[in-house]
Amino acid sequence: MPQGVVTVAYIGATILFILALGGLSHPETARRGNLYGMTGMGIALIATIFGVVTDNYTLLILALVIGGTIGLVLAKRVQMTQMPELVAILHSLVGLAAVFVGFATFSDPDMDFVGVEQTIHDIEIYVGILIGAITFSGSVIAFGKLSGKIGGNPLILPARHWLNLSLLLITIWVGSAFVGQSADGGGTFPLLVMTLIALAFGVHMVMAIGGADMPVVVSMLNSYSGWAASATGFMLSNDLLIVTGALVGSSGAILSYIMCRAMNRKFLAVIAGGFGTTSGSSSAASGEDQGEVVPIDTTETAELLKNAKEVMIIPGYGMAVAQAQHIVHEITRKLRDNDINVRFGIHPVAGRMPGHMNVLLAEAKLPYDIVFEMDEINDDFPNIDVSVIIGANDIVNPSALTDPDSPIAGMPVLECWKGDTTIVLKRSMATGYAGVQNPLFFLDNTRMLFGDARESLDKVLADL
Amino acid sequence: MKIGIPREIHAGEQRVATTPDVATQLQKLGFSVAIESGAGEPANFADSAYAEAGVEIVSDTRALWSASDIVMKVRGPEQHPELGIDEIELLHQGQILISFLWPGQNQSTLDALAAKGITALAMDSVPRISRAQKLDALSSMANIAGYRAVVEAAQHFGRFFTGQITAAGKVPPAKVLVIGAGVAGLAAIGAAKSMGAIVRAFDTRPEVKEQVESMDGEFLLLDFAEEGSGTGGYAKVMSEEFIAAEMALFAEQAKEVDIIITTALIPGKPAPELITEEMVESMQPGSVIVDLAAEQGGNCKLTEAGKVIVKHGVTLIGYTDLPSRLAAQSSQLYGTNLRHLLTDMCPEKDGQLVVDMEDEITRGTTVVKDGQITWPPPAPKISAAPAPKPAPAPAPVEDKKPSILGPILTFGLGALALFGLGLKAPPSFMEHFTVFVLACFVGYMVIWNVTAALHTPLMSVTNAISSIIIIGALSQISSGEGWIVLLATVTILIASINIFGGFAVTRRMLDMFRK
Repeated sequence: MPQGVVTVAYIGATILFILALGGLSHPETARRGNLYGMTGMGIALIATIFGVVTDNYTLLILALVIGGTIGLVLAKRVQMTQMPELVAILHSLVGLAAVFVGFATFSDPDMDFVGVEQTIHDIEIYVGILIGAITFSGSVIAFGKLSGKIGGNPLILPARHWLNLSLLLITIWVGSAFVGQSADGGGTFPLLVMTLIALAFGVHMVMAIGGADMPVVVSMLNSYSGWAASATGFMLSNDLLIVTGALVGSSGAILSYIMCRAMNRKFLAVIAGGFGTTSGSSSAASGEDQGEVVPIDTTETAELLKNAKEVMIIPGYGMAVAQAQHIVHEITRKLRDNDINVRFGIHPVAGRMPGHMNVLLAEAKLPYDIVFEMDEINDDFPNIDVSVIIGANDIVNPSALTDPDSPIAGMPVLECWKGDTTIVLKRSMATGYAGVQNPLFFLDNTRMLFGDARESLDKVLADL
Repeated sequence: MKIGIPREIHAGEQRVATTPDVATQLQKLGFSVAIESGAGEPANFADSAYAEAGVEIVSDTRALWSASDIVMKVRGPEQHPELGIDEIELLHQGQILISFLWPGQNQSTLDALAAKGITALAMDSVPRISRAQKLDALSSMANIAGYRAVVEAAQHFGRFFTGQITAAGKVPPAKVLVIGAGVAGLAAIGAAKSMGAIVRAFDTRPEVKEQVESMDGEFLLLDFAEEGSGTGGYAKVMSEEFIAAEMALFAEQAKEVDIIITTALIPGKPAPELITEEMVESMQPGSVIVDLAAEQGGNCKLTEAGKVIVKHGVTLIGYTDLPSRLAAQSSQLYGTNLRHLLTDMCPEKDGQLVVDMEDEITRGTTVVKDGQITWPPPAPKISAAPAPKPAPAPAPVEDKKPSILGPILTFGLGALALFGLGLKAPPSFMEHFTVFVLACFVGYMVIWNVTAALHTPLMSVTNAISSIIIIGALSQISSGEGWIVLLATVTILIASINIFGGFAVTRRMLDMFRK
């Protein structure tokens, strides 16, 4: 296959990838978009296999088949509640691939340049491996945290900012050494040293970030995996890789930005880590007696729901943990059959990754046109008769708006307390991930339904 | 304890302090209830209905008063037309009287009650705190008065409220001006609006603007900075300049509107005069003014309390008994207010009333306790309107000025970096770099359009396509070096996990999004 045809195939793949992302603007077009993505990938693979590869077809096919089978099995088996873990581990694979391709390129004797071109090529390899290694180790740790294999609390090393800074300086210094040695045909050792530093940096970075910031971390690693692909594209002089990587990179960056804005936090502050551990004046205040909570039982909850006209359900990570989405759907259907308008309010950072709640509700076959974003429904709360909060805490905390000393001050929240009654499903009175007490629970119009969300909702359903 | 409900003796009063429904609930609290024969007739509650609810019917007035531990009335005690003595004379030591008493205006009644050794609770003195809303009889009565004011206005107004285009010609909608957007004013706005009129409202308290707008009324703003919020959510007396500006606004509105409903009252003061004779003259003939403050002197000097008169072609309605004109409704709401008060004061539900002077509601409502005058109560702790907050420190204002230095610095540094790159880098690199920068922008544009609900599928699909990195491994697998082949094979394997897994899981998720 002539080189021109390969290039044309790559252009086609690029366009198809852009269409795939563009399709995600609406659930209806998203399915077609995914098809575009698959077609693009198929075209790119076929063009490369027939146009570029000249040998070792057996190995290639074997690797493709084994890898593909593993991927398909994973995709089929994964629970929707485990999506964040799956995404994290897939990110790590992209990072690892970038590292391998980087090393292979470095050792490839065919890649021979002189002068500035050699320097640029070396820098490209160096940066590609660096980003790839950070993505890899960071994603592995994120996977561990999300799946509960590693504790969710942030690990705060003393002087960690200085540690990070010195790692960065060492990386730059090793980089210049690498470029110098590589011109004379060496450089393997500095490259290995850098890889180890980058791996350690990735581990340290994600370890320092608390559970509630995981949506930012996952989208940030998404971004990194894109930049890693882009850097690989530079080192191989391949525009398809550069474009695709840049698309993915900016996608992840925008997601991180959206998540940070939803928590009113600076991106750098999230990356610097340690959220929820700072002992400010208000964490001392949270120990104060804030008044009494009013418990409610499942029969009364069912009664309240039956007599309501407008119901808002606000799910949080607790719903994912309790796997309660199917029962929520049953209750919703029952209420809607009685002409009660049930809607869902989703906070951007509810759950452990962007859009986590939407996927869970979709899995339970809830129609997506009754699921709303925070900005769409926050003004409707004064008309709501009953809000049901399932395993959420910080995203419905009024002190984010009222208490300027609160660690979550200024974070936009779902203002459920403006409705008539709020029912909070909770296992206990523990604080949320931000470690902040929630004054919502002590309001006159709030009722607490204690216990496992799934069991409680089961009983509510029976009472309906 | 026994609750006695005497017949109201005030001329024209049609309300009654309890309804059969409320009486049933009072009995659940452990009280026994007795009612004077015929007390509910004017409000269309027959004796038989009370009897069915388990209420004892007593025909002798004196017997009812003396046998009751708690006497509940609507109006305060006054001269009994048939017995020829003051109702206070019918009370004896230790009894509890609950009714409207207006302690601010009726010092002599208070003295007389105290002399008798009575405990008296004034339903007009319920503190305005959120916990006490359910027993705020003033609000429930004001609500009815506001509604009824519109009904009365419609009765005397010669046209439709709503605009219509009929075969016989066009009818313009009536324009209604409501002055004072308290409970009564808001009820009037709602009633007039639902009849199809154009409703404007004015109030000295700017915070009620939102409430007026929530009733679909148009809030008239005065270009004048003075807050009219007094303590307890009521209005206060305004400065002279403010009143001048306000009067100018009313004069201008009077020429335009068809109906004016005034509800302006300041607690314990005569009603402010808002509508002058000139304004009345300037109104269209056939217009209507309903003055809800007629009892306190009227917001319009021309109104006469309790009467409907016509001056300068304008009908002036000065009824002081608007709630009584909707007797069944107001009896039911007032009775429920009383029941809430008793529920609060009877925590054990054993039919025993506890006058707990530590409780903020009881303290505010009780005006005479065992012969001691306890009025006025201490000022309410929490006002219905938030106390004015101290002005925030001016410091943060400075930060908010958008600094022009920031963007200049960013762009300058960016341009310099690009310039440096352009000097050093070879053309082949610059080509790739162009592609890279453009792709970043394309990504930026495309991703902002992605709906928030699909962020998880977005991540998994970007994950799949970022495995395009497999192309790198594919181009290396044909290398002669053994270990490069090995690395490339492993890379192909893990990247294909990603490609197939990513697309498949995205597909699975997207299939779940259904309407």
